[in-house]
Amino acid sequence: MVIKSSAPTRDEVFELLTGIKDPELPVVDIVELGIVRDVSIDGDTVRVDVTPTYSGCPALSVIEDEIVEKLKAHGFSDVKVRNVFSPAWTTDWLSDETKQKLKDYGIAPPGTAAMIDGAELVTIRRSRETVACPYCGSRNTEQKSEFGSTACKAIHFCNGCDQPFDYFKPF
Amino acid sequence: MSDSDLFEYLLRLGDDRLVLGHRLSEWCGHAPILEEDIALANIALDLIGQSSLYLHLAGEVEGKGRSEDALAYFRETIEFQNFLIVELPNGDFAFTILRQFLFDVFSFHLLQQLEKSAHAELGGIAAKGYKEVRYHLRHSSEWVQRLGDGTDESHARAQRALDELWRFTGEMFEMDAIDERLLTARIAADLKAIEPKWRAMVSDVLSRATLKIPENVAMMTGGRRGRHTEYLGHMLSEMQIVARSHPGAEW
Repeated sequence: MVIKSSAPTRDEVFELLTGIKDPELPVVDIVELGIVRDVSIDGDTVRVDVTPTYSGCPALSVIEDEIVEKLKAHGFSDVKVRNVFSPAWTTDWLSDETKQKLKDYGIAPPGTAAMIDGAELVTIRRSRETVACPYCGSRNTEQKSEFGSTACKAIHFCNGCDQPFDYFKPF
Repeated sequence: MSDSDLFEYLLRLGDDRLVLGHRLSEWCGHAPILEEDIALANIALDLIGQSSLYLHLAGEVEGKGRSEDALAYFRETIEFQNFLIVELPNGDFAFTILRQFLFDVFSFHLLQQLEKSAHAELGGIAAKGYKEVRYHLRHSSEWVQRLGDGTDESHARAQRALDELWRFTGEMFEMDAIDERLLTARIAADLKAIEPKWRAMVSDVLSRATLKIPENVAMMTGGRRGRHTEYLGHMLSEMQIVARSHPGAEW
Protein backbone atom coordinates (compact mmCIF):
# COMPACT_ATOMS: atom_id res chain seq x y z
CA MET A 1 0.00 0.00 0.00
CA VAL A 2 1.29 3.40 -0.99
CA ILE A 3 0.50 6.25 1.36
CA LYS A 4 0.70 9.63 -0.27
CA SER A 5 2.24 11.84 2.33
CA SER A 6 3.45 14.82 0.33
CA ALA A 7 0.65 17.21 1.31
CA PRO A 8 0.67 18.62 4.87
CA THR A 9 -2.11 17.94 7.37
CA ARG A 10 -4.66 20.54 8.47
CA ASP A 11 -2.65 21.40 11.58
CA GLU A 12 0.49 21.73 9.51
CA VAL A 13 -1.34 24.08 7.12
CA PHE A 14 -2.33 26.31 10.04
CA GLU A 15 1.30 26.24 11.15
CA LEU A 16 2.44 27.24 7.64
CA LEU A 17 -0.07 30.09 7.60
CA THR A 18 1.39 31.55 10.79
CA GLY A 19 4.38 32.36 8.59
CA ILE A 20 2.30 34.92 6.69
CA LYS A 21 2.17 38.37 8.28
CA ASP A 22 -0.36 41.11 7.72
CA PRO A 23 1.55 43.48 5.38
CA GLU A 24 0.20 46.47 7.30
CA LEU A 25 1.05 44.95 10.70
CA PRO A 26 4.20 42.95 10.05
CA VAL A 27 4.53 41.75 13.68
CA VAL A 28 1.35 39.66 13.76
CA ASP A 29 0.40 36.74 11.54
CA ILE A 30 -2.89 36.10 9.79
CA VAL A 31 -3.87 33.20 12.06
CA GLU A 32 -3.52 35.10 15.34
CA LEU A 33 -5.28 38.11 13.77
CA GLY A 34 -8.27 35.85 13.14
CA ILE A 35 -8.22 36.40 9.36
CA VAL A 36 -7.88 32.64 8.73
CA ARG A 37 -11.19 31.06 9.76
CA ASP A 38 -10.87 27.47 8.57
CA VAL A 39 -8.81 25.05 6.48
CA SER A 40 -10.12 21.97 4.72
CA ILE A 41 -8.07 19.47 2.77
CA ASP A 42 -9.19 17.06 0.08
CA GLY A 43 -6.27 15.13 -1.40
CA ASP A 44 -3.89 17.70 -2.84
CA THR A 45 -6.57 20.38 -2.87
CA VAL A 46 -6.81 22.78 0.04
CA ARG A 47 -9.40 25.42 0.81
CA VAL A 48 -8.63 28.29 3.18
CA ASP A 49 -11.52 30.37 4.50
CA VAL A 50 -10.54 33.96 5.26
CA THR A 51 -12.50 36.91 6.54
CA PRO A 52 -11.68 40.56 5.87
CA THR A 53 -10.93 42.81 8.84
CA TYR A 54 -12.49 45.89 7.23
CA SER A 55 -14.58 45.79 4.02
CA GLY A 56 -12.00 47.76 2.09
CA CYS A 57 -8.85 46.34 3.63
CA PRO A 58 -6.28 46.53 0.79
CA ALA A 59 -4.07 43.96 2.55
CA LEU A 60 -6.49 41.11 1.95
CA SER A 61 -5.70 40.54 -1.72
CA VAL A 62 -1.97 40.52 -0.94
CA ILE A 63 -2.63 38.01 1.85
CA GLU A 64 -4.67 35.80 -0.49
CA ASP A 65 -1.84 35.74 -3.02
CA GLU A 66 0.64 34.79 -0.31
CA ILE A 67 -1.58 31.96 0.94
CA VAL A 68 -1.80 30.49 -2.57
CA GLU A 69 1.93 30.84 -3.18
CA LYS A 70 2.89 29.34 0.16
CA LEU A 71 0.59 26.31 0.03
CA LYS A 72 1.48 25.55 -3.58
CA ALA A 73 5.11 25.54 -2.55
CA HIS A 74 4.22 22.93 0.08
CA GLY A 75 2.69 20.30 -2.14
CA PHE A 76 -0.87 21.39 -2.89
CA SER A 77 -1.72 21.50 -6.58
CA ASP A 78 -4.93 23.44 -6.03
CA VAL A 79 -5.35 26.18 -3.43
CA LYS A 80 -8.71 27.89 -3.03
CA VAL A 81 -9.17 30.97 -0.87
CA ARG A 82 -12.78 31.63 0.06
CA ASN A 83 -14.13 34.80 1.67
CA VAL A 84 -16.51 34.28 4.56
CA PHE A 85 -18.30 37.13 6.32
CA SER A 86 -20.03 35.57 9.27
CA PRO A 87 -19.20 35.93 12.11
CA ALA A 88 -17.87 39.42 11.42
CA TRP A 89 -14.23 39.92 12.32
CA THR A 90 -13.63 41.59 15.68
CA THR A 91 -10.58 42.80 17.55
CA ASP A 92 -11.92 40.83 20.55
CA TRP A 93 -10.41 37.74 18.87
CA LEU A 94 -6.87 38.99 19.51
CA SER A 95 -5.17 37.16 22.37
CA ASP A 96 -3.27 38.94 25.15
CA GLU A 97 -0.07 37.65 23.60
CA THR A 98 -0.96 39.21 20.24
CA LYS A 99 -1.89 42.48 21.91
CA GLN A 100 1.50 42.52 23.61
CA LYS A 101 3.20 42.08 20.22
CA LEU A 102 1.33 45.12 18.89
CA LYS A 103 2.34 47.14 21.93
CA ASP A 104 5.99 46.14 21.57
CA TYR A 105 5.79 47.28 17.94
CA GLY A 106 4.51 50.72 19.02
CA ILE A 107 0.79 50.27 18.38
CA ALA A 108 -1.52 50.63 21.40
CA PRO A 109 -3.63 47.45 21.48
CA PRO A 110 -7.45 47.66 21.23
CA GLY A 111 -9.81 47.80 24.20
CA THR A 112 -13.02 45.77 24.22
CA ALA A 113 -15.21 46.29 21.16
CA ALA A 114 -18.26 47.59 23.01
CA MET A 115 -21.16 48.31 20.72
CA ILE A 116 -22.19 51.88 21.46
CA ASP A 117 -25.45 52.54 19.67
CA GLY A 118 -28.19 55.07 19.30
CA ALA A 119 -28.10 58.47 20.98
CA GLU A 120 -24.74 57.93 22.64
CA LEU A 121 -23.16 57.42 19.23
CA VAL A 122 -24.20 60.85 17.95
CA THR A 123 -23.43 62.90 21.07
CA ILE A 124 -20.16 64.79 21.23
CA ARG A 125 -18.14 63.00 23.85
CA ARG A 126 -16.92 65.21 26.68
CA SER A 127 -14.45 62.63 27.87
CA ARG A 128 -12.87 59.97 25.74
CA GLU A 129 -11.33 56.71 26.78
CA THR A 130 -7.69 57.23 27.61
CA VAL A 131 -5.32 54.94 25.81
CA ALA A 132 -1.99 54.16 27.40
CA CYS A 133 0.99 55.28 25.31
CA PRO A 134 2.76 52.18 23.92
CA TYR A 135 6.14 53.90 24.29
CA CYS A 136 6.16 55.39 27.80
CA GLY A 137 2.95 53.99 29.35
CA SER A 138 1.56 57.44 30.18
CA ARG A 139 -2.24 57.80 30.32
CA ASN A 140 -1.91 61.50 29.56
CA THR A 141 -2.79 60.96 25.90
CA GLU A 142 -5.39 62.33 23.51
CA GLN A 143 -7.11 61.19 20.38
CA LYS A 144 -6.22 63.28 17.33
CA SER A 145 -8.40 61.42 14.85
CA GLU A 146 -10.44 58.24 14.89
CA PHE A 147 -9.12 57.54 11.38
CA GLY A 148 -5.44 56.83 10.85
CA SER A 149 -2.79 55.43 8.56
CA THR A 150 -4.81 52.27 7.88
CA ALA A 151 -8.50 51.40 8.28
CA CYS A 152 -7.87 49.62 11.58
CA LYS A 153 -5.97 52.39 13.37
CA ALA A 154 -6.67 55.76 15.03
CA ILE A 155 -4.14 58.58 15.60
CA HIS A 156 -3.36 59.46 19.21
CA PHE A 157 -0.81 61.72 20.83
CA CYS A 158 1.10 61.21 24.07
CA ASN A 159 1.61 64.33 26.18
CA GLY A 160 3.99 62.35 28.40
CA CYS A 161 6.68 61.72 25.80
CA ASP A 162 5.44 64.15 23.12
CA GLN A 163 5.00 61.51 20.44
CA PRO A 164 2.17 60.55 18.15
CA PHE A 165 1.20 56.87 18.16
CA ASP A 166 -1.23 54.50 16.50
CA TYR A 167 -4.12 52.94 18.36
CA PHE A 168 -5.60 49.70 17.04
CA LYS A 169 -9.30 50.58 17.10
CA PRO A 170 -11.72 48.32 18.98
CA PHE A 171 -13.89 46.91 16.20
CA MET B 1 -38.62 36.96 -5.05
CA SER B 2 -36.38 36.15 -7.98
CA ASP B 3 -32.66 36.26 -8.57
CA SER B 4 -33.21 39.30 -10.73
CA ASP B 5 -34.83 41.13 -7.77
CA LEU B 6 -31.88 40.25 -5.58
CA PHE B 7 -29.43 41.33 -8.29
CA GLU B 8 -31.11 44.75 -8.55
CA TYR B 9 -31.22 45.13 -4.78
CA LEU B 10 -27.51 44.35 -4.43
CA LEU B 11 -26.71 46.83 -7.23
CA ARG B 12 -28.53 49.54 -5.29
CA LEU B 13 -26.60 48.82 -2.11
CA GLY B 14 -23.35 48.71 -4.08
CA ASP B 15 -24.01 51.80 -6.20
CA ASP B 16 -24.88 54.09 -3.27
CA ARG B 17 -21.63 53.22 -1.56
CA LEU B 18 -19.49 53.26 -4.70
CA VAL B 19 -20.64 56.71 -5.80
CA LEU B 20 -20.44 58.26 -2.33
CA GLY B 21 -17.05 56.60 -1.76
CA HIS B 22 -15.77 58.06 -5.02
CA ARG B 23 -17.06 61.52 -4.13
CA LEU B 24 -15.31 61.35 -0.75
CA SER B 25 -12.08 60.21 -2.40
CA GLU B 26 -12.10 63.47 -4.38
CA TRP B 27 -11.23 65.20 -1.10
CA CYS B 28 -7.93 63.32 -0.89
CA GLY B 29 -5.21 65.98 -0.80
CA HIS B 30 -7.78 68.80 -0.53
CA ALA B 31 -9.41 68.52 2.89
CA PRO B 32 -9.18 71.50 5.27
CA ILE B 33 -6.78 69.76 7.68
CA LEU B 34 -4.58 66.68 7.46
CA GLU B 35 -6.61 64.62 9.95
CA GLU B 36 -9.75 65.24 7.92
CA ASP B 37 -7.98 64.36 4.71
CA ILE B 38 -7.09 61.00 6.26
CA ALA B 39 -10.54 60.53 7.79
CA LEU B 40 -12.42 61.18 4.54
CA ALA B 41 -10.06 58.89 2.61
CA ASN B 42 -10.60 56.16 5.20
CA ILE B 43 -14.37 56.49 5.01
CA ALA B 44 -14.14 56.41 1.22
CA LEU B 45 -12.10 53.20 1.46
CA ASP B 46 -14.69 51.58 3.73
CA LEU B 47 -17.54 52.54 1.42
CA ILE B 48 -15.79 51.41 -1.75
CA GLY B 49 -14.86 48.17 0.05
CA GLN B 50 -18.47 47.60 1.07
CA SER B 51 -19.55 48.36 -2.48
CA SER B 52 -17.16 45.82 -3.95
CA LEU B 53 -18.60 43.11 -1.64
CA TYR B 54 -22.20 43.89 -2.68
CA LEU B 55 -21.28 44.13 -6.36
CA HIS B 56 -19.27 40.90 -6.21
CA LEU B 57 -22.30 39.13 -4.76
CA ALA B 58 -24.53 40.81 -7.37
CA GLY B 59 -22.31 39.40 -10.11
CA GLU B 60 -22.58 35.90 -8.63
CA VAL B 61 -26.36 36.16 -8.30
CA GLU B 62 -26.66 37.38 -11.90
CA GLY B 63 -24.59 34.42 -13.07
CA LYS B 64 -23.26 36.03 -16.24
CA GLY B 65 -19.66 36.18 -15.13
CA ARG B 66 -19.58 39.88 -14.34
CA SER B 67 -17.13 40.78 -11.59
CA GLU B 68 -17.47 43.74 -9.22
CA ASP B 69 -15.06 45.64 -11.47
CA ALA B 70 -17.14 44.91 -14.56
CA LEU B 71 -20.22 46.25 -12.76
CA ALA B 72 -18.43 49.33 -11.44
CA TYR B 73 -16.51 50.34 -14.56
CA PHE B 74 -18.51 49.06 -17.52
CA ARG B 75 -22.07 50.11 -16.82
CA GLU B 76 -23.54 53.33 -18.22
CA THR B 77 -25.02 56.19 -16.21
CA ILE B 78 -28.62 55.06 -16.67
CA GLU B 79 -27.74 51.62 -15.34
CA PHE B 80 -26.58 53.05 -12.01
CA GLN B 81 -29.26 52.93 -9.34
CA ASN B 82 -27.76 55.07 -6.58
CA PHE B 83 -29.65 57.79 -4.73
CA LEU B 84 -29.27 61.26 -6.20
CA ILE B 85 -27.91 62.64 -2.91
CA VAL B 86 -24.67 60.64 -3.16
CA GLU B 87 -23.81 61.82 -6.68
CA LEU B 88 -24.06 65.56 -5.98
CA PRO B 89 -20.72 67.36 -6.20
CA ASN B 90 -18.93 67.75 -2.85
CA GLY B 91 -19.49 71.50 -2.49
CA ASP B 92 -17.74 72.92 0.55
CA PHE B 93 -16.71 70.92 3.63
CA ALA B 94 -20.06 71.67 5.31
CA PHE B 95 -21.97 70.26 2.34
CA THR B 96 -19.84 67.10 2.30
CA ILE B 97 -20.29 66.58 6.05
CA LEU B 98 -24.05 67.26 6.08
CA ARG B 99 -24.57 64.90 3.14
CA GLN B 100 -22.45 62.27 4.86
CA PHE B 101 -24.40 62.64 8.09
CA LEU B 102 -27.80 62.27 6.40
CA PHE B 103 -26.55 59.15 4.59
CA ASP B 104 -24.75 57.70 7.62
CA VAL B 105 -27.89 57.83 9.77
CA PHE B 106 -29.78 56.07 6.99
CA SER B 107 -27.06 53.48 6.47
CA PHE B 108 -26.77 52.87 10.22
CA HIS B 109 -30.45 51.91 10.50
CA LEU B 110 -30.49 50.09 7.17
CA LEU B 111 -27.54 47.84 7.99
CA GLN B 112 -28.87 47.21 11.49
CA GLN B 113 -31.86 45.59 9.77
CA LEU B 114 -29.94 43.95 6.94
CA GLU B 115 -27.53 42.13 9.23
CA LYS B 116 -30.56 40.01 10.16
CA SER B 117 -31.40 39.33 6.50
CA ALA B 118 -32.61 35.84 5.60
CA HIS B 119 -29.91 35.92 2.90
CA ALA B 120 -26.90 34.88 5.00
CA GLU B 121 -24.17 36.33 2.79
CA LEU B 122 -25.94 39.67 2.41
CA GLY B 123 -26.41 39.67 6.20
CA GLY B 124 -22.71 39.02 6.79
CA ILE B 125 -21.62 41.85 4.48
CA ALA B 126 -24.11 44.19 6.16
CA ALA B 127 -22.91 43.21 9.65
CA LYS B 128 -19.36 44.19 8.77
CA GLY B 129 -20.51 47.44 7.18
CA TYR B 130 -22.61 48.23 10.24
CA LYS B 131 -19.51 48.25 12.43
CA GLU B 132 -17.78 50.61 10.02
CA VAL B 133 -20.74 52.93 9.67
CA ARG B 134 -20.83 53.45 13.44
CA TYR B 135 -17.41 55.08 13.16
CA HIS B 136 -18.54 57.13 10.14
CA LEU B 137 -21.65 58.31 11.94
CA ARG B 138 -19.73 59.34 15.03
CA HIS B 139 -17.40 61.36 12.83
CA SER B 140 -20.07 63.09 10.73
CA SER B 141 -22.47 63.76 13.63
CA GLU B 142 -19.74 65.41 15.70
CA TRP B 143 -18.81 67.63 12.77
CA VAL B 144 -22.44 68.60 12.14
CA GLN B 145 -22.66 69.81 15.75
CA ARG B 146 -19.35 71.65 15.58
CA LEU B 147 -20.18 73.39 12.30
CA GLY B 148 -23.81 74.18 13.13
CA ASP B 149 -23.08 75.42 16.63
CA GLY B 150 -19.74 76.96 15.70
CA THR B 151 -19.02 80.36 14.15
CA ASP B 152 -21.52 82.49 12.20
CA GLU B 153 -19.73 81.45 9.03
CA SER B 154 -19.77 77.70 9.76
CA HIS B 155 -23.41 77.88 10.89
CA ALA B 156 -24.45 79.70 7.73
CA ARG B 157 -22.63 77.20 5.51
CA ALA B 158 -24.08 74.21 7.37
CA GLN B 159 -27.62 75.60 7.17
CA ARG B 160 -27.19 76.35 3.46
CA ALA B 161 -25.99 72.78 2.90
CA LEU B 162 -28.96 71.35 4.78
CA ASP B 163 -31.40 73.51 2.81
CA GLU B 164 -29.83 72.27 -0.44
CA LEU B 165 -29.70 68.60 0.58
CA TRP B 166 -33.06 68.09 2.26
CA ARG B 167 -34.96 67.65 -1.02
CA PHE B 168 -32.83 64.59 -1.77
CA THR B 169 -33.65 62.73 1.44
CA GLY B 170 -37.17 61.53 0.59
CA GLU B 171 -35.83 59.12 -2.00
CA MET B 172 -34.13 57.02 0.68
CA PHE B 173 -37.47 55.78 2.01
CA GLU B 174 -39.29 54.99 -1.24
CA MET B 175 -40.14 51.32 -1.62
CA ASP B 176 -40.87 49.81 -5.01
CA ALA B 177 -42.02 46.30 -6.00
CA ILE B 178 -38.49 44.91 -5.65
CA ASP B 179 -38.23 46.17 -2.07
CA GLU B 180 -41.68 44.80 -1.25
CA ARG B 181 -41.02 41.33 -2.67
CA LEU B 182 -37.63 41.07 -0.95
CA LEU B 183 -39.13 42.34 2.29
CA THR B 184 -41.76 39.59 2.14
CA ALA B 185 -38.90 37.10 1.68
CA ARG B 186 -37.25 38.70 4.76
CA ILE B 187 -34.17 39.57 2.72
CA ALA B 188 -34.52 43.35 2.38
CA ALA B 189 -35.01 46.14 4.92
CA ASP B 190 -38.32 47.84 5.66
CA LEU B 191 -37.58 51.42 4.66
CA LYS B 192 -40.91 52.65 5.98
CA ALA B 193 -39.91 51.43 9.43
CA ILE B 194 -36.52 53.11 9.14
CA GLU B 195 -37.91 56.53 8.21
CA PRO B 196 -39.17 57.60 11.70
CA LYS B 197 -35.95 56.34 13.32
CA TRP B 198 -33.88 58.26 10.79
CA ARG B 199 -35.99 61.36 11.33
CA ALA B 200 -35.64 61.14 15.12
CA MET B 201 -31.87 60.75 15.11
CA VAL B 202 -31.35 63.42 12.44
CA SER B 203 -33.64 65.91 14.27
CA ASP B 204 -31.88 65.26 17.56
CA VAL B 205 -28.43 66.06 16.17
CA LEU B 206 -29.60 68.99 14.04
CA SER B 207 -31.34 70.63 16.98
CA ARG B 208 -28.18 70.36 19.07
CA ALA B 209 -26.35 71.84 16.08
CA THR B 210 -28.86 74.75 16.07
CA LEU B 211 -29.77 73.89 12.48
CA LYS B 212 -33.33 74.03 11.15
CA ILE B 213 -34.90 71.39 8.94
CA PRO B 214 -36.46 73.17 5.94
CA GLU B 215 -40.22 72.84 5.62
CA ASN B 216 -42.54 72.12 2.69
CA VAL B 217 -39.82 70.80 0.45
CA ALA B 218 -40.74 68.99 -2.77
CA MET B 219 -38.66 65.80 -2.84
CA MET B 220 -36.48 64.85 -5.80
CA THR B 221 -36.39 61.24 -6.93
CA GLY B 222 -35.28 58.99 -9.79
CA GLY B 223 -31.94 57.43 -8.91
CA ARG B 224 -33.32 53.93 -8.34
CA ARG B 225 -34.77 54.04 -11.88
CA GLY B 226 -31.59 55.32 -13.47
CA ARG B 227 -32.78 58.92 -13.78
CA HIS B 228 -29.87 60.93 -12.49
CA THR B 229 -28.71 64.50 -12.14
CA GLU B 230 -26.32 65.87 -14.74
CA TYR B 231 -23.45 65.27 -12.29
CA LEU B 232 -23.29 61.47 -12.28
CA GLY B 233 -22.19 61.09 -15.90
CA HIS B 234 -19.29 63.47 -15.39
CA MET B 235 -18.24 61.66 -12.23
CA LEU B 236 -18.42 58.25 -13.89
CA SER B 237 -16.43 59.40 -16.91
CA GLU B 238 -13.59 60.21 -14.57
CA MET B 239 -14.05 57.12 -12.40
CA GLN B 240 -14.26 54.73 -15.35
CA ILE B 241 -11.74 56.12 -17.81
CA VAL B 242 -8.69 54.13 -16.72
CA ALA B 243 -10.52 50.79 -16.74
CA ARG B 244 -12.08 51.57 -20.12
CA SER B 245 -8.89 52.85 -21.72
CA HIS B 246 -6.90 49.82 -20.57
CA PRO B 247 -9.37 46.93 -20.27
CA GLY B 248 -7.96 44.00 -18.32
CA ALA B 249 -4.95 45.95 -17.08
CA GLU B 250 -3.45 44.83 -13.77
CA TRP B 251 -0.93 46.45 -11.50
